[in-house]
Amino acid sequence: MNIHEYQGKEILRQYGVAVPKGRVAFSPEEAVNVAKELSSDVMVVKAQIHAGGRGKAGGVKIARNLEEVRAYAKELLGKVLVTHQTGPQGKEVKRLYVEEGSDIKKEYYLSLVVDRQTSRVTLMGSEEGGMNIEEVAEETPEKIFTEVIDPVVGLTGFQARRLAFNINIPKHLVNKAVKLMLGIYEAFIDKDASILEINPLAVTGDDEVIALDAKFNFDSNALYRHKDIVELRDYDEEDEKEIEASKYDLSYIALDGNIGCMVNGAGLAMATMDTISYYGGSPANFLDVGGGASAEKVKEAFKIILSDQQVKGIFVNIFGGIMKCDVIAEGVVKAASELGLEVPLVVRLEGTNVTKGKEILNESGLNITAASSLADGAEKIVKLVG
Amino acid sequence: MAIFIDKDTKVLVQGITGSTALFHTKQMLEYGTKIVAGVTPGKAGTVVEGVPVFNTVSDAVAETGANVSVIYVPAPFAADAILEAVDAELDMVICITEHIPVIDMVKVKRYMEGKKTRLIGPNCPGVITADECKIGIMPGYIHTKGHVGVVSRSGTLTYEAVHQLTEAGIGQTTAVGIGGDPVNGTNFVDVLKAFEEDPETYGVVMIGEIGGTAEEEAAEFVKNHMTKPVVGFIGGQTAPPGKRMGHAGAIISGGKGTAADKIKALNEAGIEVAPTPAAIGETFIKVIKEKGLYEKCKTH
Repeated sequence: MNIHEYQGKEILRQYGVAVPKGRVAFSPEEAVNVAKELSSDVMVVKAQIHAGGRGKAGGVKIARNLEEVRAYAKELLGKVLVTHQTGPQGKEVKRLYVEEGSDIKKEYYLSLVVDRQTSRVTLMGSEEGGMNIEEVAEETPEKIFTEVIDPVVGLTGFQARRLAFNINIPKHLVNKAVKLMLGIYEAFIDKDASILEINPLAVTGDDEVIALDAKFNFDSNALYRHKDIVELRDYDEEDEKEIEASKYDLSYIALDGNIGCMVNGAGLAMATMDTISYYGGSPANFLDVGGGASAEKVKEAFKIILSDQQVKGIFVNIFGGIMKCDVIAEGVVKAASELGLEVPLVVRLEGTNVTKGKEILNESGLNITAASSLADGAEKIVKLVG
Repeated sequence: MAIFIDKDTKVLVQGITGSTALFHTKQMLEYGTKIVAGVTPGKAGTVVEGVPVFNTVSDAVAETGANVSVIYVPAPFAADAILEAVDAELDMVICITEHIPVIDMVKVKRYMEGKKTRLIGPNCPGVITADECKIGIMPGYIHTKGHVGVVSRSGTLTYEAVHQLTEAGIGQTTAVGIGGDPVNGTNFVDVLKAFEEDPETYGVVMIGEIGGTAEEEAAEFVKNHMTKPVVGFIGGQTAPPGKRMGHAGAIISGGKGTAADKIKALNEAGIEVAPTPAAIGETFIKVIKEKGLYEKCKTH
């Protein structure tokens, strides 16, 4: 789960991390009020969307007085920002963050991630701040330094110090940088983050080390123990169908095609998309109904697929393990009879309780095309959709 | 012979009184798995499906000599269940549970360093040695005894591959689901190594997916250390970048972990990659025919 920059900075403040003063605003008036409170010579008006690259897309404005704050706020609110992370359709700006300007001397990069290779949290830093770190990694890998963190002792002082020296933080500010690093690590672990990126981290003219941006991503598997984080979720930033799916614990991702897919298991769901594409079709979605789905949940999954106007046919591909075929069949029949099915439906069932599942489908009287294998099913649905 | 588990493996089910665990305990018993104990705190003294239940893993081990455990407990308690199994010095713990917080797994992995226990999973379908022992949630009937090892990051896609092999008359030694989480216990290399050392296994099917670099590391191992033929498949060839495809570990981020990169790495290591998931079986057969192993692998 992602949150906005202003929410991320609020969390960092709680952990003693230095961030510029600022507040969120939903209207030009609010933006002006925040600016008045800040009483700073320079203010930054920043569009709040869940995507990086806002600066380049014109989503970050420097204002020198209240009138400029108002003008920029008016300009940004309601504007659709297109960045390298939003996709071509862009994202509409509905919130702004107004903060005091900082006298930046130099920008750095800092991040924490769970590294799969070491199975540890890793602190990464570079003196190439403000840049896209993937490009830095590509072009000048020697400028990226990492510290692998032992979960028993957490990030240690010496590791933070070593990183600070490696990325050339001015000597007299190393202790401030260390304090900031220890703070972000504590926040990362406490809140079960999976990514925390401070880009840029800045050293200022008045000798502060501050986080100018904060990009958090939280481990969705750990949200059950972080009610405070769940409250930060901004539904405006997510696909409607994906929100609906998450209510029922369904893993759903909207895609561009016209063949709706319902599959159990993420791997098989991906493989089903791949196979549909191989036969010349185009999947409308990724949908994993998961292991312990009830007939009710299957029905909801069907509803979500059918709510997509692009869908011209549905392929249900189930290989039951923990999931039982009869439960899927019941759900499919229930959904199809209640929702009225007007598009072709191909069903392939295999695995746990497969015979019972096939019986339920056969006795339903519904117009279902049975498939004997993954390839057979994919070929059939692609043909039916045309 | 096979790898990891066989007919003599004594299995303990952690969280045995839960509904999912009960269903699969029954299925495992029907398959012939020797389930000797169950653990549910507070339920000691009860018996389910003929299996005695204990309060703790150490009690269960002391009483029954169980050497492998399978975990079905809910995600918030699953990491602790793994630690308990490791503490009891089991040979192997297979964690079926999905949605375990990744920070919990980071701690578990640290705790396991220097300990004897092997962890499979979490978020995996389990391990099955055909006709001998099934530990997990996979449908038993699709497996046939034979000479092909299967290792996969995905549960249902493993079933798909095994099913295709069986339909084509190619039996299996052991099928191992290593799970789709970013931090897991056993990786591809560990399993490939075990298959390479197992005299009964003549070839391996390896199923990966987008995200991470586990497939690239496996390719490196195959190139340098394996004499047996390996056939691969990578799921998620049509997945868009930046979107998490169900598994916590299946995401293309920062241009890394794409299917194309992985297929390239596998091909460079001499591993033939099936063009579609539906062609895993036929691709494997093509390769073993080329190597003159078809007759040896065919189930008679």
